[in-house]
Amino acid sequence: MRVVGEVRALNGDEAVAYAVRQCNVDVISAYPITPQTIIVERLSEYVANGEIHTEYVNVESEHSALSTCIGAAAAGARAFTATSSQGLALMWELLYVASGLRLPIVMAVVNRALSAPINIHCDHSDSIGTRDSGWIQFYVENSQEAYDTVIQAFKIAEHPDVQLPVMINLDGFYLSHTLENVRVLPDDVVSGFVGFRKPVKVWVPYLGREVPAVLDGYTPISLGIIALSDYYYEFKMMVIKAMEKAREVIKEVNKEFSELSGRAYGDGFLTHYGVDDAEAVLIVMGSAAGTVRHVARELRRNGLRVGVIRLRTFRPFPYEELTKLLKDVKAVGVMDRATSPGAYGAPLFNEVRTALYDCESRPVIVNYVYGIGGRDLSPHTVKELYSDLLEIAKGKKPSSIVRYVGVRS
Amino acid sequence: MSGSEFIRELPQVPTTVKLSTELKTGSWRSYRPVIDHNRCVRCLICWVYCPELSIRWDGSSVSIDYDFCKGCGICAHECPVKAVTMVPEGGGYEGGR
Amino acid sequence: MSTPVNLKELARESPKLLPGHRHCAGCAVPIVVKLVLAGVKEPTVVVTATGCLQVATTIFPYTSWYIPWIHNAFENAAATASGIEAAFKALKKRGVINDDNVNIIVFGGDGGTYDIGFQSLSGAIERGHNFLYILYDNEAYMNTGIQRSGGTPFGAWTTTSPTGDVIPGKPQHKKPIADIVVAHRAPYVATATPAHWLDLMMKVRKALSIRGPKFIHVLTPCPRGWRFDPSLSIEVCRLAVDTCYFPLWEFEKGVWRLTDRSLAIAKNPNLKKPIEEFLKIQERFRHALTKDTYIVKELQEYVDSVWSDLLRRVGTTS
Repeated sequence: MRVVGEVRALNGDEAVAYAVRQCNVDVISAYPITPQTIIVERLSEYVANGEIHTEYVNVESEHSALSTCIGAAAAGARAFTATSSQGLALMWELLYVASGLRLPIVMAVVNRALSAPINIHCDHSDSIGTRDSGWIQFYVENSQEAYDTVIQAFKIAEHPDVQLPVMINLDGFYLSHTLENVRVLPDDVVSGFVGFRKPVKVWVPYLGREVPAVLDGYTPISLGIIALSDYYYEFKMMVIKAMEKAREVIKEVNKEFSELSGRAYGDGFLTHYGVDDAEAVLIVMGSAAGTVRHVARELRRNGLRVGVIRLRTFRPFPYEELTKLLKDVKAVGVMDRATSPGAYGAPLFNEVRTALYDCESRPVIVNYVYGIGGRDLSPHTVKELYSDLLEIAKGKKPSSIVRYVGVRS
Repeated sequence: MSGSEFIRELPQVPTTVKLSTELKTGSWRSYRPVIDHNRCVRCLICWVYCPELSIRWDGSSVSIDYDFCKGCGICAHECPVKAVTMVPEGGGYEGGR
Repeated sequence: MSTPVNLKELARESPKLLPGHRHCAGCAVPIVVKLVLAGVKEPTVVVTATGCLQVATTIFPYTSWYIPWIHNAFENAAATASGIEAAFKALKKRGVINDDNVNIIVFGGDGGTYDIGFQSLSGAIERGHNFLYILYDNEAYMNTGIQRSGGTPFGAWTTTSPTGDVIPGKPQHKKPIADIVVAHRAPYVATATPAHWLDLMMKVRKALSIRGPKFIHVLTPCPRGWRFDPSLSIEVCRLAVDTCYFPLWEFEKGVWRLTDRSLAIAKNPNLKKPIEEFLKIQERFRHALTKDTYIVKELQEYVDSVWSDLLRRVGTTS
């Protein structure tokens, strides 16, 4: 049953906070860091006004923020936190603890560059660096999608086949601080969509019964045990398998949400424009996708066969979907907003190349690293990238596979 | 370490599946405590200080659970009436501790 | 609160820490855990920081805990406890549980409390969460192989403060962690040892009857790291208190009180033993008694000044 909802003027941070407010979250524990501060400020207001039943814990560092969420989730609560850049880096060890303990924590990461030098503006280096941590990761394009994805995240995380934490990435300042029209759903509709957290059960042989895998104060279960080399690998495999199960769940939840709101984000993994007949395609994540699509539309009107793929889900990585879309494309440019010094290209480029390696016919894949430290991406630059790609599609050998765009030489 | 059969069905959440009472740490000791029940006044100080929960009180007398006792000797040292003696496991040389 | 401690009853109760754990023979940690948890009524959740206690009791697939238990990471036991408390509050508001009056007992070693865990402890106390923090202090990072911590005493040997020719043992004094918690104005702070078991149990009982962050610093000798015979763990605690190296006190609502043996020593100063009595039973201080004897003098002065300071505080606030 479709619900239209009302339009509000919200920036990305406010949209995230608004969604969290509607999602029956039990515990929020966060530490402020630019550009995430608006999220924690809004949530504090909701709690102080008694609008939500949530317990808000004002911790003394991001490390404690995720620790508190882990403790809360282990006790059966639905937990949420938000951070950026240095904060995400500080809680790095706990990302693995959260996924290893299979806790469905949801976190909003407002992408900001990592020190040093210290920089508060947008790039993806903070979240890209956490790609091995076992968290499901989304990169949203606009505040509307931020709102929608937070709501979907709770359902995906808490699905009994998944039970993994979810990270929603939104671009710092481009999305977090820019006012947009966001169509929000009514409180009761969202509350009904996400429900309340129901912990999974686990069979405990020495108790001879199945119990909820949470600390209730009575049932003697031990969480966070040490597993030596004879068992650790198997526990890690379970996280890997859960991540694979998440693929179906992400698609399902995207579909369910679109039936409710009328908004779907492709199949949940990626959206594409003009790829069907394209010779040159740019792959991009985050808010820059808007700029790229704008340029692609203009070029297509002039008869150029270009396309754009916006990757929404980075983990699990949609290699099958990408392979299907790109097999007949001649040239692909992967736009990275992060770097990996010493690697052959930046992270997203490496993931795409690996995904397409086994194809019988492969496009030429090049890397365009842009926007580092919040350096703006102009439509003019995107046009240049498309021209470059179209020449490569016609057979020109790329001057270098990895190009750092917009940097002074 | 376990030495028992490999657990094939892992719990979905990393929690334990067996109690440590299956691990008989009594195999660790070199000396075993022996209680002289004629001297024992059943004050239960040995129970208080035993790290292994190997001192049992059944309502009438004190006994030692040799499955778990590691032979640390705290009970023998702390007993106020010296009712506990540490004796070498498996005979060994003459004289306890 | 006024029901007396009945050992014969406690010894018949089903234990919350089961035998079969991997602690060294003679380790005082399981004694402390047993005494703390004896008589604690449900519902209770135990949080443990990484360290000897966590590793020795939960090697998959076995656990020694017959009580709800969680381990998160090394430095966040207090933050994890904060989250558990918040969860119970929220679940009660939501109507999932009837009672959010859950005992949250945190066991942290000196590593996870003095040093790496200090920040999260301080933050949790400042926020006023309702939990009992038991610091089991074996005065070094014992689980990783006897490295020095902020809790290692002056002059002690550890692998990272070895008794070299130039620097003999740890050059810094023990961080006064319980004093720091008192400075946070926590509602209840105390020190205890497993040797003075009744004192420890009464302090735990009193702590659990108070709301807010409570802290009990328990001296927990380590036969391996302090180098003494495993049968002497309790004896070492006794000497630590008799020499006033580790006085037994409690702090509640602005009032400092000595308890048990330390109270007796305050009333009769002849009972106070010289620091050598405590040092000579442990090999980790052997160099102090043979070649680096200035350590004994400095330790004695330090212990005396801390003791007289404590006496003054007790005198002026009682």
